[in-house]
Amino acid sequence: MIENIDLSLVSWSRAQFALTAIYHWFFVPLTLGLSFIIAMMETIYYRTGSEEWKRITKFWMKLFGINFAIGVATGIILEFEFGTNWSAYSWFVGDIFGTPLAIEGILAFFLESTFIAVMFFGWNRVSKRFHLVSTWLVAIGASLSALWILVANAWMQNPVGMTFNPETARNEMTNFLEVLFNPVAADKFLHTITSGFVLASVFVAGISAWFLLKKRETYLATRSILIAGIFGFLSSVLLAITGDMSARSVAKYQPVKFASFEALYEGKSRAPLVAAGILKKGEKGVGRKNMPEFIFAIEIPNLLSFMTGGSKDAYVPGIYDHIEGNPRAGILSFAEKKERGQKARETLLEYKKAKEAGDETKASDIAALFTSKDFRENYFRYFGYAYIDNPEDIIPDIRVSFYTFHLMVLLGFFFILLFALMLWFLFRNNIRKHKWLLWIMLLSIPLPYLASELGWVLAEMGRQPWIIQDLMPVSVGVTNLKSGNVQTTFWLFAVLFTALLIAEISIMVKQVKNGPEKTEEKL
Amino acid sequence: MMSHAFLQHYWWIVISLLGGLLGFLMFVQGGQTFIYSLPANAMQRKMIVNALGRKWEFTFTTLVTFGGAFFASFPLFYATSFGGAYWLWMLILFSFVIQAVAYEYRSKPSNVLGSNTYDIFLLLNGSLGPFLTGIAVATFFTGAHFSLDNLNRVTWQTNLHGLEALADIRNIALGFALLFLARVNGLLFLLNTVDDEEIISKARNKVLFNALFFLVFFLYFILTIFLKEGFAVEPATGEILVQKFKYLKNLLQMPPVLIVFIAGVAGVLYGIYITVFAGSRKGIWFSGAGSVMAVFALFLTAGLNNTAFYPSVNDIQNSLTLQRASSSRFTLETMMYVSFIIPFVIAYIWYAWRAVTQRKITAEDIEKDGHAY
Ligand code: HDD
Ligand code: HEM
Ligand code: HEM
Repeated sequence: MIENIDLSLVSWSRAQFALTAIYHWFFVPLTLGLSFIIAMMETIYYRTGSEEWKRITKFWMKLFGINFAIGVATGIILEFEFGTNWSAYSWFVGDIFGTPLAIEGILAFFLESTFIAVMFFGWNRVSKRFHLVSTWLVAIGASLSALWILVANAWMQNPVGMTFNPETARNEMTNFLEVLFNPVAADKFLHTITSGFVLASVFVAGISAWFLLKKRETYLATRSILIAGIFGFLSSVLLAITGDMSARSVAKYQPVKFASFEALYEGKSRAPLVAAGILKKGEKGVGRKNMPEFIFAIEIPNLLSFMTGGSKDAYVPGIYDHIEGNPRAGILSFAEKKERGQKARETLLEYKKAKEAGDETKASDIAALFTSKDFRENYFRYFGYAYIDNPEDIIPDIRVSFYTFHLMVLLGFFFILLFALMLWFLFRNNIRKHKWLLWIMLLSIPLPYLASELGWVLAEMGRQPWIIQDLMPVSVGVTNLKSGNVQTTFWLFAVLFTALLIAEISIMVKQVKNGPEKTEEKL
Repeated sequence: MMSHAFLQHYWWIVISLLGGLLGFLMFVQGGQTFIYSLPANAMQRKMIVNALGRKWEFTFTTLVTFGGAFFASFPLFYATSFGGAYWLWMLILFSFVIQAVAYEYRSKPSNVLGSNTYDIFLLLNGSLGPFLTGIAVATFFTGAHFSLDNLNRVTWQTNLHGLEALADIRNIALGFALLFLARVNGLLFLLNTVDDEEIISKARNKVLFNALFFLVFFLYFILTIFLKEGFAVEPATGEILVQKFKYLKNLLQMPPVLIVFIAGVAGVLYGIYITVFAGSRKGIWFSGAGSVMAVFALFLTAGLNNTAFYPSVNDIQNSLTLQRASSSRFTLETMMYVSFIIPFVIAYIWYAWRAVTQRKITAEDIEKDGHAY
């Protein structure tokens, strides 16, 4: 079975998951960020009682609703896709992975969907105060749902809090708090949530800029830019900080991913930081894999060593270190990890044999091994390597990792600058005169979407071939189907989601053109 | 410390309860099937859609939570059924994806696909959603075509991947039963929620007809299931045996479940009765509570009392039982503490609903409330 996996099945399953996740992620960050912006606006309305602020709140709320619906539509697919397309994975780790998903439903989704109804329909039905609280609860619910899903995602990047049970052939949770307080989860949550704030701020500022360019809705537009500008500026600074935290946690927990987005092949001290560069087919390679090399790079000397190790002499391991091993840096070679992984797998098969032969003492001896610290940390940890044939298979696509990372970072700095400019001219009260800035604001709307998707591509493609880091390769997690089935659903999703996306954008644009409070809705 | 067996039962009961709630909340879907036949004009249709549209999120979220809770507590079911009966679940998912956007987009200008398309989406979701879900639930009793290897990986034995369930008349019966139950509940909900004489009298006229269809399919399903053999587990060895009248025995051996079941069916019938014959508009309260109880009891019958809740018709020893399919004791216990939040969740939902629905929906309200579908 596993020994003769249908590769096109794996590819189509990955393509389908990527497609649905990317579509989901078109809508999620706006929900995350805009919900807070709306809540802040309504708070001002609540404090001042100004009808203008109510109009402003309701305008953005309408756009929020359009985006929210399609976010929900795409989300349900993802949840069930773990079962439909990654069923081997779902069993192998369902004991741990299912928990955050269930908690997300119980704790977050109900909060969101209950109070969103109050938010939309309650204006004349509940008190102002209750309404305001509801709006905040929607924002909090959205963030909570992000938290739990990211706890789940982080566990795939850095599996903690579990023990393998040979009896059931799966990992079982032994420490919930470790799963919840996984350091990778904290970084992911903070970085992701701030990316949503930035995206929503750019969105609000960009649309407001359009109003100013059209000389319409001036009051709404300048107020909205004020809120988005302040919120966006603070968030974009936090975004860079949390991005840096994420990079450091990747360096620690997924060093191959780290080395690949830095395109660092040979480990070194006094490693420079490559701020930008272009990669081309290189001379050297690992096995059949050709490693692209820089034909052009802007380097800041010593910075990478300094940032990862605190001094310029700090050693930064490169990809070759992870293939060939580097005893001085305490890194095992691929061959060694594979051997240990195989040992773990053989031990599991021995257990099964002992069980079948009815040799209970031997079986329980082996079972005890799986809970012993030595076996877990030195053998089981590399379980997934048993499935991997060639050393080059553990290297993700360098170009994808390098470019996605650097483009995202570049955009991150651009947003800081953009918000700083906005605030500067806003406080000097002449933003309306600076058409060039308004145009940049408007044209920037797609950029955080791009950066945000790049981030996920980096995080997910950068950890290939693993579905669970070092424990399970994607090819082993996949559901055993004929690939034609998955191919068909892929295209169905592609067509459906694209149609819905087009509809969403078209509705959104129309609502913006209509402006606040004057919509002519058809029956 | 709680025993693993206790926690497995606890979680099956929670799953069953979520299933029961879902069965009731499908009144939204049921209501959607009347989107063309009930209203006489555009305004009436708008009222109906808005009455239902204020509730669709709950049904949806309950479905999502049902899936998540099933994953967390019985991951082997999640892996086996979703991965194996691929097409059945995919169709269910498609039917829900199109619902989520339909309300929000149907009346917005520039919606590209045209209002009518979104209304067709609502109709499709309304009919396929409950029907296919009913089919999937029926396989808890009639079995599915899978086998598992020694590492618990699933292989489905038909190339139809779930669509073969459509060929079993008992599955079809439960599919239709759930669909007509949803339709009845949808009508009763509209009667209770919308303030429009014409809609009310038309909705009332449709109840009896749909109720009869529900009864026929439901009775057919129940009788065939109660009279057929079922899959019992030998608790000590985990061995699976075929037993005559297993599901009927389950009910008789678990009197509380029997009582819930009977009370549930009676509640549904009473709700219908007072609507059709006593001119009441409050039938939904009885039929709603009754639906929760009846579906809840059905799920309990499928899994408790040493029954294999997901039988394999290819290799009965591979059938899923609570013991075999569940998460570890630690996970179930952790999750149990989380589940204690559920009553609190239900309480705030109740509170928020009441606040928003104190007044019934009239034509003017839809515009005034600001967010019309
Ligand atoms: C001890 C480690 C450490 C410390 C104290 C810092 N960083 Fe850092 N930072 C890293 C460890 C690191 C890193 C892990 O080495 C990164 C990740 C990718 C990279 O090239 O270096 C990095 C990247 C990185 C980048 C992206 C650069 C690129 O790769 O193009 C920025 C903008 C910053 N950092 C900013 C900061 C700032 C403003 C800091 C404090 C004043 C800071 N970092 C402290
Ligand atoms: C691959 C993993 C993911 C799964 C299985 C998943 C699942 C879902 C589901 C089922 C919904 C609809 C819930 C409803 O009924 O309201 C949803 C919506 C949502 N998800 Fe995801 N999701 C994933 C990734 C993410 C990520 C990474 C985030 C954020 C960091 C996120 C944040 C949200 C938010 C805020 C919503 C609310 C509605 C909206 O999308 O606008 N999701 N998700
Ligand atoms: C400012 C500099 C930035 C840095 C240093 C940075 C760093 C990173 C790193 C290292 C990852 C990978 C984490 C992993 O693989 O686990 C990541 C992921 C991600 N980034 Fe950034 N990022 C930056 C800016 C941005 C911007 C501007 C956005 C969007 C507006 C963004 C959105 C994301 C998202 C959505 C992810 C995937 C979720 C995650 O893995 O945390 N980032 N980022």
